Amino acid sequence: MRDLTNEILELIRRTSSSLPPDVEKRLKESIEKEEPGSAARGALETIMKNIELSRTNSTPICQDTGTPIFQVHYPVGWSTIQLKKQIRAAMEQATKKSYMRPNAVDAVYDKNTGNNLGGDDFPYIHFEETESEELTIELMLKGGGCENVGRQYSLPDNTLGAGRDLAGVRKVVLDAVQKAQGKGCAPGVLGVSIGGDRGSSYIKSKEVLLSEMGTRNSDPKLAELEERLTSESNEMGIGPMGFGGKTTVLDTKIIGLSRLPASYFVSVSYMCWAYRRRKMTVKGEEVTYD
Amino acid sequence: MKQLTTPISDEAIRDLKVGDSVALSGIMVTGRDAAHKWMIETFIKKTRAPQGEDMQVYEELKKLLNGSVIYHCGPVVAGLDTKEYKFIAAGPTTSIREEPYQADVMKHFNVKGVIGKGGMGPKTLKGCEETPGVYFHAIGGAASFLAQTVVKVHGVFKMDFGVPEAMWVIEVKDFPVVVTMDSHGGSQHSVIDDASKKVLDDLLEKPY
Ligand code: SF4
Repeated sequence: MRDLTNEILELIRRTSSSLPPDVEKRLKESIEKEEPGSAARGALETIMKNIELSRTNSTPICQDTGTPIFQVHYPVGWSTIQLKKQIRAAMEQATKKSYMRPNAVDAVYDKNTGNNLGGDDFPYIHFEETESEELTIELMLKGGGCENVGRQYSLPDNTLGAGRDLAGVRKVVLDAVQKAQGKGCAPGVLGVSIGGDRGSSYIKSKEVLLSEMGTRNSDPKLAELEERLTSESNEMGIGPMGFGGKTTVLDTKIIGLSRLPASYFVSVSYMCWAYRRRKMTVKGEEVTYD
Repeated sequence: MKQLTTPISDEAIRDLKVGDSVALSGIMVTGRDAAHKWMIETFIKKTRAPQGEDMQVYEELKKLLNGSVIYHCGPVVAGLDTKEYKFIAAGPTTSIREEPYQADVMKHFNVKGVIGKGGMGPKTLKGCEETPGVYFHAIGGAASFLAQTVVKVHGVFKMDFGVPEAMWVIEVKDFPVVVTMDSHGGSQHSVIDDASKKVLDDLLEKPY
């Protein structure tokens, strides 16, 4: 099997230092919505300068390089054991090259491993076999500040008057946005999953963030709720960094899962403006990035 | 945008109101969890005896912090082997973790400003009134850009805390911040929190 360590290292470099064009475009568009001279506009302008600088110098967009989340789709015949080894080797090298900050801390002994390799769980890797002939590796870096403002609700939620339906889902998501204020480095993107158990619900609320900005759920009911949540979140006036302003949420992505008759979970993952997400595709000898 | 250079006078601080954008210049010191705990225990509450060079560092810090600014930041620094330090990535970290310590540190060292992100609580707000001082909110995540405003690294104390937790003495030029807590009891964070809560309550009333 082919050794992809260097190609994965390049994927990590790109992810950490170069924001995807669709995210950058959204951020740029939101500048015009904020009052000239306002703190909100100033924040967005600084963010734009930072994006450019990081790309030019191959330095991390944010010093918190987050939890690395890998999604691997592999054609029949590839070894996941080998791929995992290569991903881990690339992660170690990326840390040496300062594309990644050492970010894996043993939670029991409070010790940073120094190389971004924790136990089996860090970096997080999900493998899925595919019938396609292309191998794809997607990487998302999920920061800690925004992870801390994520929330999970078990419906019904009486304090919010949220029942077990989409009307209830809407209420708890808006509540999560209000509680987050600017603390997840707003403007952010919401990943929402409806259903599942506590674990799968949170995982899916992150996986849904791997799609491009503006990608709507194929179910028109959910697509409409996505649009509505984005615009209603922005009515709250929290603004970039919580300075007050029009741009709090850039986009919302929802995924519906199966649930047990007894449970109805809604998980909200908040992704900060430093929405670092990249993909590499291996087709025969060729490796491409987007 | 207002321009301010450290050391900052009491009058200049009293002039600042929540919502003001400021370009900061001059010398400031970074400090986060370990540094705040150490300052409180060793010099303010004195529950821990000074060790090693602690007292010399204290004398230096008294001079440096008087009228100056503490920055909640765990930087990525190059040049560690040659000691020709350069800040590579230096965005703010979440400030609320220093809430138990911040007001006492401000008053003890006459610290005029605290830079961080996410804002702080009532104890620090009171500390801002008494010192007087303000809370400056930096742009979370703008690590590369903010590192570029660090024109010089003058030195570092308490390297035994590790690079992110050490106290770096840095000189900045036009470091952009927004005043979100002032010395008159104003907090942008509680204003926005309350206002957004009202909108949320209205939204929750709306039919689906
Ligand atoms: S929330 Fe995002 S932008 Fe903010 S500090 Fe964390 S990783 Fe950086």
